[in-house]
Amino acid sequence: MKLEVKDLTFYYPGRKERPVLEYFDLEISSGERVGLKGPSGCGKTTLCQVMAGYRKAPAGQVLLDGNPVSSLRGACPVQMVWQHPETAVDPLLRLRKTMEEAGNVETRILEELHIEEAWMERYPSELSGGELQRFCLARALRPETKFLLCDEISAMLDLVTQAQIWDFLIREADRRKLGLLVVSHNDALLEKVCTRIVRMDEKL
Amino acid sequence: MRKKAFMFMAAAVLILAAVTAGGIFLEPAAMETDFSKTNLAPSGENLFGTDWMGRDMFARTIAGLSLSIRLGLLTAAASAGIALILGTVSAVSGRKADAVVSWCIDLVMGIPHILLVILISLACGRGFAGVAAGIALSHWPSLARVIRGEIIQLCQAPYILTAEKMGVPRIQNAVRHMIPHLMPQFFTGLVLLFPHAILHEASVTFLGFGLSSEQPAIGVILSESMQYLTTGRWWLAVFPGLSLVLVVILFAMLGEQIRRLTDPASVHE
Repeated sequence: MKLEVKDLTFYYPGRKERPVLEYFDLEISSGERVGLKGPSGCGKTTLCQVMAGYRKAPAGQVLLDGNPVSSLRGACPVQMVWQHPETAVDPLLRLRKTMEEAGNVETRILEELHIEEAWMERYPSELSGGELQRFCLARALRPETKFLLCDEISAMLDLVTQAQIWDFLIREADRRKLGLLVVSHNDALLEKVCTRIVRMDEKL
Repeated sequence: MRKKAFMFMAAAVLILAAVTAGGIFLEPAAMETDFSKTNLAPSGENLFGTDWMGRDMFARTIAGLSLSIRLGLLTAAASAGIALILGTVSAVSGRKADAVVSWCIDLVMGIPHILLVILISLACGRGFAGVAAGIALSHWPSLARVIRGEIIQLCQAPYILTAEKMGVPRIQNAVRHMIPHLMPQFFTGLVLLFPHAILHEASVTFLGFGLSSEQPAIGVILSESMQYLTTGRWWLAVFPGLSLVLVVILFAMLGEQIRRLTDPASVHE
């Protein structure tokens, strides 16, 4: 499968003269792990959100095997993992409820991410950012997922946990032939994890 | 801490319910005149004294409070209903609807409440219906604004967007993720509307634009007692006035407790 970004231009409402993305092109194939780096504020998160269908771009396209991603219904095959896991889970629901929305996540994934059974009965405010991020990853790795967009997913983790999680993600991506987009400021991490690195430049 | 709050809320609701029910039973007693004992100061027999027609002020006060609370319940519920509908419409029906509703909110908020209540009450022919319409139609904007803001914020929340991308149907998403966040705001707003509604009912009635003078309303009692205050009959105004303030404070504290109990930041304490 192929995820293509074609001539993508994006600006926030009312800021047409200062687009965040301008004629941006990117192509990710299944099994590829593409690193994305660039200075703060250059539009990396916005790009992820547009690619995962959270935002509609005013010009340009995001195509999954030729079909626009934003028009897909049901569980989206392009999933994004947010930079701040605290905002990505409902604070009023126990995590078991939140995970029910992810369909049947395999127990193997929960185990590999070291998610303890007891955590399922807790509320998000009772878990740390790193623990919540594991839930977000497990949720995004539902069986339908073909492409995973990781927006600075490991910045809040300690180095040992980072290593564990990336090790697991690389194995999982290889196993399922997932396409990965890895956004990070950490060059060493990108070198280690990615098969190819793309730079985004700051707009003037 | 939560247990104490629940106890307090139960006590407050019980007191308010007792006053409301008691007032309904005391209504005949409140109308009863006895010219053999007019203008008596408070005593063991007549707790709040009697007025110039020999009516027992305790019975009149409770009956008046009861009327106020019932009117308050009705108008606060109606107002909150309007607020919920308009706030939701404003948040989900696009920019034009939002502009129209926001304009209405600004308009109603821009006019002093008491003036608006008087105008609507007069237009609807005064009496119970007039006051009810006046208060119900003037107290919704602030709550509508809160609900609008809350829904707009929820629609942008990453966990709701993520749930959508997980393939959760819209209705289920709204029921599971949005309503639990909205309800605390709504109920707190609803309860905090009571004191406003009750005070405005009393004030329009006091000014003579509200309930008619034969009804035992607090506003009527207070405005009549004004004539007798200078002759030293302080009990005619003090006790009804104090009890009105107490009821209002009780409602306000109830609202505050509900807010604390349901606030997402402290809900799991």
